[in-house]
Amino acid sequence: MSEKNPKKNIIICRCNEVTQEEIEALIDQGVTDIEMIKRLLRIGMGPCQGRTCLPMVISILARKTGKKPDEIKLPATRIPVRPVPAGVLVGEMESDENEE
Amino acid sequence: MKSRAEVVIIGGGVIGLSIAYHLGKLGVEDVVVLEKNYIGSGSTFRCASGIRAQFTDEANIKLQKYNIERWKRLSDELEHDINFKQSGYLFLATSEEEVEVFKKNIKLQNKFGVPTRLISMDEAKEIVPPLNTEPFLAGAWNPEDGKASPFHVVYGFAKKAKEFGVEIYEYTPAVDIIVENCEIKGVKTERGMIKTETVVNAANAWAPVVNEMAGLKRDFVPIKPYKHQLVKTEPIAEGQIEPLTCPPAWNDSYVIQDGEDGGVICGTGLEKLTHLDDVQPTYDFIREVLKWATKIIPALKYVHVVRQWAGFYAKTPDKNPAIGKINYIDGFYIAAGFSGHGFMMAPGVGEAIAELIVKGKSKVPLDWDWYDPHRFERGELRSAAFQIG
Repeated sequence: MSEKNPKKNIIICRCNEVTQEEIEALIDQGVTDIEMIKRLLRIGMGPCQGRTCLPMVISILARKTGKKPDEIKLPATRIPVRPVPAGVLVGEMESDENEE
Repeated sequence: MKSRAEVVIIGGGVIGLSIAYHLGKLGVEDVVVLEKNYIGSGSTFRCASGIRAQFTDEANIKLQKYNIERWKRLSDELEHDINFKQSGYLFLATSEEEVEVFKKNIKLQNKFGVPTRLISMDEAKEIVPPLNTEPFLAGAWNPEDGKASPFHVVYGFAKKAKEFGVEIYEYTPAVDIIVENCEIKGVKTERGMIKTETVVNAANAWAPVVNEMAGLKRDFVPIKPYKHQLVKTEPIAEGQIEPLTCPPAWNDSYVIQDGEDGGVICGTGLEKLTHLDDVQPTYDFIREVLKWATKIIPALKYVHVVRQWAGFYAKTPDKNPAIGKINYIDGFYIAAGFSGHGFMMAPGVGEAIAELIVKGKSKVPLDWDWYDPHRFERGELRSAAFQIG
């Protein structure tokens, strides 16, 4: 981890490789709605569906804007809950659930 | 919040924000945008991101030819990268009859300067490497069509509009429009009253509600919300399905790689007339759309689906939007009912409406007569705009 700017190396969204520094920079530019932060940085739109990153984004946003974390509404969760191969959904393939 | 504005725009989607940006650019001070939720939340953020000039009538072809020129310059203009790519649209024919229809459309598009051409399936395979060429006879290919990021377009228009002094009030629904003697006096919002003489209804699926606020009949412009859905896969390598690829005969199904992350967006013509609160994705859709998507691109079977969502095609009876002045009320304008084409039409429509308000006319090649909001009450429908998905 870089001594000078550790935030540059802290990955908040692992699916789309978004760092703490990028999130804070956007908030500093005045983008404080989690719906817009999500879409501009594509946080919570990867395979994890935001399970890993969105609670951390909410903490960062709460700290920087002075809001309480529970005042920040979570963006909609999209289906499927877990990624599924298209072939399974059209009935041509077995689920790969067992491999995990 | 401001208590007075030159222009109040109701609807903070891509159309309302484009109008706001262009008004600001023309030097109009005190422009306000009212958005009931967050900007882009209604339909823009739910769209499939495609931009095309491959329409089948003169008015839409001319407008879209102009719009593509606008899209090419938009990142520079907004000083924000909107990720516009001219990755093309590829329509695929499944029968000789369809090839003849394609040829007729291509001729019309060529007449107005859109360089669509009929291509062989060998050439189509070079453009979309994993394409299943076997069911198709030929393609209609316009390399100038493309796609952009709805998120960055909305953000870019909003950011630049604010630099011009436009105020954007999110989470602020309009609740009433005050009209006296056929003149607008103001707009009542949940956060207070804004005095104004000019209002633009840019509420798309919600536009009938806004017209009703001004005292017009709800079906003066008969826009109805049809639920359309999309699914998106995990990212695949860039350059696999860059163009929007669509065999119209297969229930208007299509696939297109997201220009930013490379996931594949899949749509189909399974739609449902619904109410304005229903954006619930459904299981029948995911099965139907993937049935077609995996026929177009068989390798998609092995790719994981990660997201499904829904939004509205705000459809008019002829699937063409209502754009222009509403003659019953001074200072009342509308740009709504885009029937699935609002995103791709936004730069030129915003410019045209802004110029109409400020100068009374516009240099944008927009056929005001074609899109006349009064055509429905006169029973004068246009030929249906070519719609997919």
